[in-house]
Order: sequence, then structure tokens, then C-alpha cells
Amino acid sequence: MNLLELHSLAVHYGGIKAVKGIDLHIAEGEVVCLIGANGAGKTSSLKAIAGLLPAAGGEVLFRGQPITRLPAHQRVRQGLALVPEGRGVFPRLTVEENLLMGAYQFDDKPQIRIDLENSYSLFPRLQERRAQRAGTLSGGEQQMLAIARALMSRPRLLLLDEPSMGLAPLMVQKIFETIRGIAAQGVTLLLVEQNARLALEVSQRGYVLDGGRVTLADSSESLLGNPQVRAAYLGA
Amino acid sequence: MLSLLPESLRHDRRLVWATYAGLALLLCLLPFLVDAGMGRTWVRILDFALLYVMLALGLNIVVGFAGLLDLGYVAFYAVGAYLYAILASPHFGLHLPFWVLLPLGAAIAGLFGMLLGAPTLRLRGDYLAIVTLGFGEIIRIFLNNLNAPVNITNGPQGINLIDPIQVAGLPLSKGLDLGILTLSGVHAHYYLFLTLTLLTIFIALRLQDSRIGRAWVAIREDEVAAVAMGINTRNIKLLAFAMGAMFGGVGGGLFSAFQGFVSPESFTLMESIMILSMVVLGGMGHIPGVILGAVALTLLPELLRYIGPLQQSLFGRVAVDPSDLRMLLFGMGLVLVMLFRPEGLWPSPKRARELHPDSPDVSRQEQEDLYDASR
Repeated sequence: MNLLELHSLAVHYGGIKAVKGIDLHIAEGEVVCLIGANGAGKTSSLKAIAGLLPAAGGEVLFRGQPITRLPAHQRVRQGLALVPEGRGVFPRLTVEENLLMGAYQFDDKPQIRIDLENSYSLFPRLQERRAQRAGTLSGGEQQMLAIARALMSRPRLLLLDEPSMGLAPLMVQKIFETIRGIAAQGVTLLLVEQNARLALEVSQRGYVLDGGRVTLADSSESLLGNPQVRAAYLGA
Repeated sequence: MLSLLPESLRHDRRLVWATYAGLALLLCLLPFLVDAGMGRTWVRILDFALLYVMLALGLNIVVGFAGLLDLGYVAFYAVGAYLYAILASPHFGLHLPFWVLLPLGAAIAGLFGMLLGAPTLRLRGDYLAIVTLGFGEIIRIFLNNLNAPVNITNGPQGINLIDPIQVAGLPLSKGLDLGILTLSGVHAHYYLFLTLTLLTIFIALRLQDSRIGRAWVAIREDEVAAVAMGINTRNIKLLAFAMGAMFGGVGGGLFSAFQGFVSPESFTLMESIMILSMVVLGGMGHIPGVILGAVALTLLPELLRYIGPLQQSLFGRVAVDPSDLRMLLFGMGLVLVMLFRPEGLWPSPKRARELHPDSPDVSRQEQEDLYDASR
């Protein structure tokens, strides 16, 4: 059974049709990426999946159940976690307070402790800075924190929106290593990324979005070798 | 309650309890000391200081905890005050008891809080401020004009002869005879207000440390991220408005019973601004700071009443009207505090650090970050 399915999902901003009906599916344990140019509708699709934007048409199925009309906070409880574009950490809370906020829906203190320790072993850097305010972290550290915080909600599906945005190349490498590590632990991932090469390298399958439509869907390997994709998105 | 104390004092248990005992004794004796030293007027002013502490703590929930700028807070105060006035005065011949009206006032004010909250859920910052400002004015104008066709509020004349609070069948305003000790009306009110203020502080502290408190902070910091944490931002924001409004409604009921008279004039925009200033000046989001702000802004302007006689004795005439000075000094005080202590007089330690980026603490952090980046 597919973990997530989109059936001709459409998203509109007022009169602007950002997403014009896309079909997509992700199986349990898969890493899938969504690539495309600026304004192709990648982030809008992701926000509609997370419930931050209403779907103008189509359907979102999560674990076989329609969630198209479900409010965002209830989707989180079902196991959908979003790492928002631009990271969205709580700047004036400490690293640890940020992480604990990720476990907002839970009451089981011992398990939250374990999750917290797991976050720290995944990102030792965050442990060093646990008492520091998140706003004072570097961009890369904030991205790590945003990912770790999303994992605190024990997601079945992790939605990552442009994790490489605004980061130094070295930091981008580091973040993608971590994403690879998270995927290796069996977390299902949907990755939206402008850096198509990196995204295709960590994922098993990819969708190419253009003008709010899926123009190509294939295994990441074939997409990396596809002359059209190479010309348009990989700069080769 | 521990968080009310400075950090250095928290370690020694005995010292903590000694401080509390001292504070409790002082609060108990305060009206007598003030009465003996400065006169009964000041005991009355003390009563008002306590009332404003309750109001400021209520507004602090909305502004300080949840980060929703509310310029119409006085509307809830007005709702509480008028509800009491209408249901316990000769105006309609209704005389419901205080102990029924206090929770009722809180509930109705809370309802009005949600009424304001619901349409403004999508607004933030200055947009929200404008709408709440309008809401405050609408309530005041309603109170001013609801004397026709059916006379509900008695218009600009206000409602008079409001029932005082009754304790054991006797009005509290006439004082309280405790056998060994006779309390005057203002003294008796002091102890009632003090009890309710302590209760308010307790509720505010509990809220701050609760799950709801954490959700408010998350919304204040980043609303989209808060949703992504699974927080029902709509309900949590409505709850902030409702809780804040409830404190305002209780304050209004007390005001009504204490004064015996209400009119729309008591509920102007200036009053909202005053309460907001208490919150901001004291230290937004920090309960001890807000208490300090409320007490300071109630007591300090009252000192001006000595300015007139002082001028009289110095120059033989009153050169500057003290009431003109009030606004001038208030404005200057606000500007000075915002320039030199933007975090407020008694901020939470966290916020103090944030607004002083040149402190050694923060600059060390920044150095580290630079070092990391160059590595």
C-alpha cells in the first residue's frame, strides 16, 4: 500500500494556479524527490500535502485514508511532518526547547527523552548547543534543528522543503549526508529541492515539475541520465 | 511561585521561605502602614494598583505569551464592569450577589474575547492592533449610546448606586468588624483584591508552565512552524483571547463594585494604552515584571498630586497644572525606558540577553559561530 497518494491535486493562490493537478505516490520506506524550476509548484504541492494550503481540487490520501480536508495540526498527529522552507525554527527558544516543541502532541516523557537523545546522537552539534537560542545558530545548524525537531514528532513521512536553501556548499553536503542517514533508518521521505543533482542522488525516484504539472516521473537514476533533465536542471 | 524570585535566591530553601514570609507579612501590614504614613487616599490607590495588576496579567497572556497585540483590552474590562452594574443596581432593580456575578462576568467577558478573536485569527501585528483598537472603541460607543430605544446602559450618565460587595450580609464598603479589629472599607477591599490578585498570579504562572503556555510561545515565535508541530493554532489563539478577557472581566466587576459607579468615560482607548504600557514597561511575558509595571504605573502618577501644593508653597501659585504634567511625564518615561531598557524594567533573563546583543554572553556566541564558519 502506498503511504501517500496524490490524485490530480490542484493548488491555487487567489487566481493563480500554482499546481494544476498532479499525481504522485510514495511507498513506505521510499525516498522521493520533487524537482523543478522556481515557481514550478514544488513548495505549493508540499504545503498542500501538509495542510498549510487548501487543495483547490483533487485528493490527498495518507495510509489509504483521504486527508484532503483535514486541518494541518491533525495531519501532524497522523504522522506527517513538514520541515518548512526557510527552516522556521523558534528563534528565541533554546535548541532543546525547539526539539521538545516537536514532541508537542506527546505526553510520554520517557519516550520523549529517548527521542531527544536520538536527535542528539544524529546531530551531535545540536547537543553542544542545546542551551543556546535557536536564532543564534548558523543556517546549517538551524536546518539540522528543523529536521531533528520534525523527527521528534515520530513521523511516518517526512516532508523536506528546500533543505539546501541559503546554505554554504559544504553545509549542503553535510545536510544531505544526514538526509541519507535518516533515509537509511527507514524513514519515508519526500524531498523538494532546487538542487536537482543532490536531490536525485539521495532519492530512489523523482518527479519533475514544470508549470504546475508533472512532466516526468522516473527512477532517479534514469532522470540523472535523461538528456532533457540534464540540459534543463543539471546544467550539463 | 518560585520563578518570582531572582535566580540567586532560589538555591537556599530557607532563604526562599524567609523571603516569602517577609513578603506575606509586608503585604498584610501594608494598608495599615500606608494609612498611618500617607493617609487613607493611598490605601485606595493601593486597591487600584492591585486591580491593575490583575488587568495587566490578563493582557500579558494575550500580548506577552501569545504575542497578539491587543489595543482594545479595555473592552473586556468594560464588559465585566457593566455586567455587574446592570445586574446589581437600582437601574433595573436587579440585585444579584457579587459571588454569582464575578464568575458570570469572567464567562461573559471570555465570550467577548472569543468574539474578538474569531474574526481576527488570520491577522497579526499592526493589522491585529488596528482591529482590536476598533473593537475597544465599538464597545465604548455602544455603552455610550445604548440608552435608547431601550435604556440598557444609561448612556453617558453611566450607572450609579451599584451594590457594594456583600460579606455575610453586610456591605464591604462600610468596612468589616472582625471583633478585635475593625477594617475600613478600603482596607477590606485591599484584602479581597489581594486574595484575587494572588489567585490571578497563580493562574498566570500555571498557564505559563503548561502545554498551553508552550503552544502560545510557539505561536508567538513562528505561527507556521507552530502548526507544523501539531498545534491547533486557531483554538489556542482563541483561548489566549478568552483567558485574557476573563481576567479583564473579573477586574471590571471589582471596579464596578468598588466604585459604585460606572460610565463609558472609564473605558477609553487611553485606558487600554495604559494597561499595555504596564505590560511593556514592566517586561512583556515576564510575570514579576508585569506586576512591577502595573504597580509602578498606578502609583507614580499619583505622586503628582503633591506637585500642586508644592508649587503653591514654592511660588505662591500653581504655575503648571499637575494633570498636564501627568501625560508629559508618562510620555517621557515611556520614551526613556524604551531607549535604555527596551526589554522592560524587570524582563525575563532570556529576553534581557536578547535585547542587549553587546553583552559578553552574546558576543562570545557570535565569535564561536564565526570561528565555526571559517573552519
